[in-house]
Amino acid sequence: MGFMNLFKTFLGNHWGVHPADHKRPASEQAVQRLPLAPRLHLMLSQHVGAPARPVVLVGQKVLKGELIATAQGNISAPLHAPTSGVITAIGEITAPHTSGLPAMAISLDADGEDRWLEVERPADPYSLAPDDIAARVAAAGVVGLGGATFPSSVKLNLGRRSSIDTLIINGSECEPYLSCDDRLMRDRAAEIVSGIRLMLIATGARVAKVGIEDNKPEAIAAMCEAAARWDEVVVVVVPARYPMGSDRQLIVELTGREVPSDARAADVGVIVHNVGTAYAVQQAVCLGRPLVSRLITINGKAAVAPGNYEVPLGTLVCDLIAFTGGTQGEVAKVVMGGPMMGAVLPQTRVPVVKGTSGILLLDAGEAAAFEPEACIRCSSCVKACPMGLLPLEMSAHIRNDDLDGAVDLGLADCIACGCCAYVCPSHIPLVQYFYHAKGDLQARQRDQLRSESTKKLALARQGRMEREAREKAEAAARRKAERAAQQAAAAVAPNKTGEIA
Amino acid sequence: MNSAAITAQPIASPHAHGGNSVTRTMFRVQMALVPATLYGFWLFGWPSFFLWLLTILSCLGFEALALKMMGVTRIKRTLFDGSALLTGWLLAMTLPPWAPWWVAVVGGFIAIVIGKQVFGGVGQNVFNPAMVARVALLVSFPVPLTMWVSPLPLTSLAAPDFIDGLRIFLTSLPQPDAMASASLLGHAKTELSRGIDLFHSLAGEHAPALSWIGARSGSLGESASLLILAGGIYLIGVGIISWHTPAAVLAGLAIPAAIGHAVDPGHYLSVSAHMLSGAAMLGAFFIATDYVTSPNTPAGQIVFGLGVGFMTWVIRTWGGYPEGMAFAVLLMNALTPVIDRFIKPRILGRDRKGKPLDIPESKGA
Repeated sequence: MGFMNLFKTFLGNHWGVHPADHKRPASEQAVQRLPLAPRLHLMLSQHVGAPARPVVLVGQKVLKGELIATAQGNISAPLHAPTSGVITAIGEITAPHTSGLPAMAISLDADGEDRWLEVERPADPYSLAPDDIAARVAAAGVVGLGGATFPSSVKLNLGRRSSIDTLIINGSECEPYLSCDDRLMRDRAAEIVSGIRLMLIATGARVAKVGIEDNKPEAIAAMCEAAARWDEVVVVVVPARYPMGSDRQLIVELTGREVPSDARAADVGVIVHNVGTAYAVQQAVCLGRPLVSRLITINGKAAVAPGNYEVPLGTLVCDLIAFTGGTQGEVAKVVMGGPMMGAVLPQTRVPVVKGTSGILLLDAGEAAAFEPEACIRCSSCVKACPMGLLPLEMSAHIRNDDLDGAVDLGLADCIACGCCAYVCPSHIPLVQYFYHAKGDLQARQRDQLRSESTKKLALARQGRMEREAREKAEAAARRKAERAAQQAAAAVAPNKTGEIA
Repeated sequence: MNSAAITAQPIASPHAHGGNSVTRTMFRVQMALVPATLYGFWLFGWPSFFLWLLTILSCLGFEALALKMMGVTRIKRTLFDGSALLTGWLLAMTLPPWAPWWVAVVGGFIAIVIGKQVFGGVGQNVFNPAMVARVALLVSFPVPLTMWVSPLPLTSLAAPDFIDGLRIFLTSLPQPDAMASASLLGHAKTELSRGIDLFHSLAGEHAPALSWIGARSGSLGESASLLILAGGIYLIGVGIISWHTPAAVLAGLAIPAAIGHAVDPGHYLSVSAHMLSGAAMLGAFFIATDYVTSPNTPAGQIVFGLGVGFMTWVIRTWGGYPEGMAFAVLLMNALTPVIDRFIKPRILGRDRKGKPLDIPESKGA
């Protein structure tokens, strides 16, 4: 192993970065439950795909776990009440997004009873049909809890359609500061493993590989113990290296397969799910419990009580911070997610969503803002890029408004992991450039589609006008011919009569 | 890109930084040069120290002037990021240690103003500024630029003291003949051109010795090959440079040298003579590894390094000048954009040409 690493170092195959992980002491604290916030706000769009459609009315009483918004379209996920109470509003609130723009949400006042909706539980969940498992996962609103929030059932169904042989369970949790997956694996390994077995049935995969970074020995031990009885569930220790948890990197690490850049993991026979998703699947299928809460890491030097908390979805971030003892010192940045890919929250009156893995309260030292300097072409970013891109060249093209040049260099392959900006000695906000360019690219593609459809409409209109003109001309010609025929007939008729006469 | 996107405080991730900075990088390179520089001062005395100091001051001065003329608002910050200082330092390492003061001033001007700022400042120059200055000086003022002195350690009696050193430095009086000396490469080239082969020229009484500890005539940077090597290994160790460029430069120089020497030892110098002479070590570890003017990818750096090494050998062997490192570096600098254009890393999920990989037919079933 040591020799291989040395060899790899010499070959230059050392993508990624090794940030200080800051996971302890937060990861050492047992999971705590928070008091219930008086009012919860459930964003209708907290997953990839179409927003959910509300199926409750204002003033309606709901029980915990009751459906309040249903999935809309093929890629979507339903929402359930995280506690029992009364629907108080369906309208816009500030979304948990860097833009601070509003989005639709259902607001719910808790009645304090926290009473579950009674549901039937399958006697033997492992004898359910794959379709049935996927349907139950879909009905429970389970989405990818690693942060991608892609509806899990869609992926499970995809698995059966495209002959998956390996299910990869992502327990790498490579983002610094976050430890919710670590904690989940330590405390609820048995549930995760049973969720993995259900997902194996649903996808038809033969083996599940659980990738866990070597900086989480307790989680590895717990998962190994829980998985020991099942041959098809294998725990694989992977080196701690960011972004190990990115699906393409993890697939290479665990299976040696490389996903073509225009294809999906399923195309190489692999499907990736997060450990949190496996847990949610187990809860949904075995207990009939929809996804209404999740583990969230509170961390950062400005947090009073760093740790992991079981938080009902829809809890406001400000309530969450207050419940965990508030802040200490000056908070320079509030980040939702990890420090490498998370989003800055301009304000904290925004609700927690299914994809929220952590709330970081960073002080000035941690969130140091640097002034960008000129690129010295040190190529640190080239070495760090896990995708094999040339961030320095791409940013140079973007700075010069040469979007096509950046696309040629592989802009679309960028996963925005942040390694390049993390290592940049000139503190160039490379990821910001790439987000910006990707936004421009999307706008351009939208414009292109729009102009194409306009063109199509214009062509159709032209065709219609021509057809109408032609028809009109033909009709006129016909009328003229008829008239001529009539006149001819009229002219002939007197003659005829004359002749007869 | 619109201006707001550049000027606005970045809000995109990541919200953490590895802590590296331009200043820290430059500082580490300077630290790596310290042992060889101090050793050079000891070997060549006060004049070499004055030369080193004035070259650096001149680089900083011209940098400040250029920044001011270009209307840069953050002069102090750019000035002290260490890049101009490093350029001056590297230039001083390649000059004859007893060169007069105006060499330092003119060299600083060429390096900073012509070599760097006219291209747009740090990160924009095509050619290595220190090498541009060194070559321009050598071509313009061949006599003072080839006046080498024998080492005269500070502790020896004959060494000029502080005042004498200053006098030598400022007045540029012709040096006493006894102290003048040719470098090994120069000696070999002169003798070869007179038709005397290496067996005789190197066996002669006045032939310069070859020494790992560098007690021989030469610039600061070529005297202590071992210390330069140690500095270079330190830089590789702390990750400032990768091994690709230096290894390729040395290989590019050693391989043809070994072949030539094996074929005709009378006309081709040995590998060790090439390695320990001139700016081979300094060039491999400190000059060719310059970030701005060398390729971005490991494969590109190997091509670049092999080119530098090979060109150095060609110039040393058949060229008009005894030393070729500076010319070789400049030539390869010119090729760097081409190398970067053709040698790119493979994108994950794509082949070398940038096409997406094929989707496998059977998925390991």
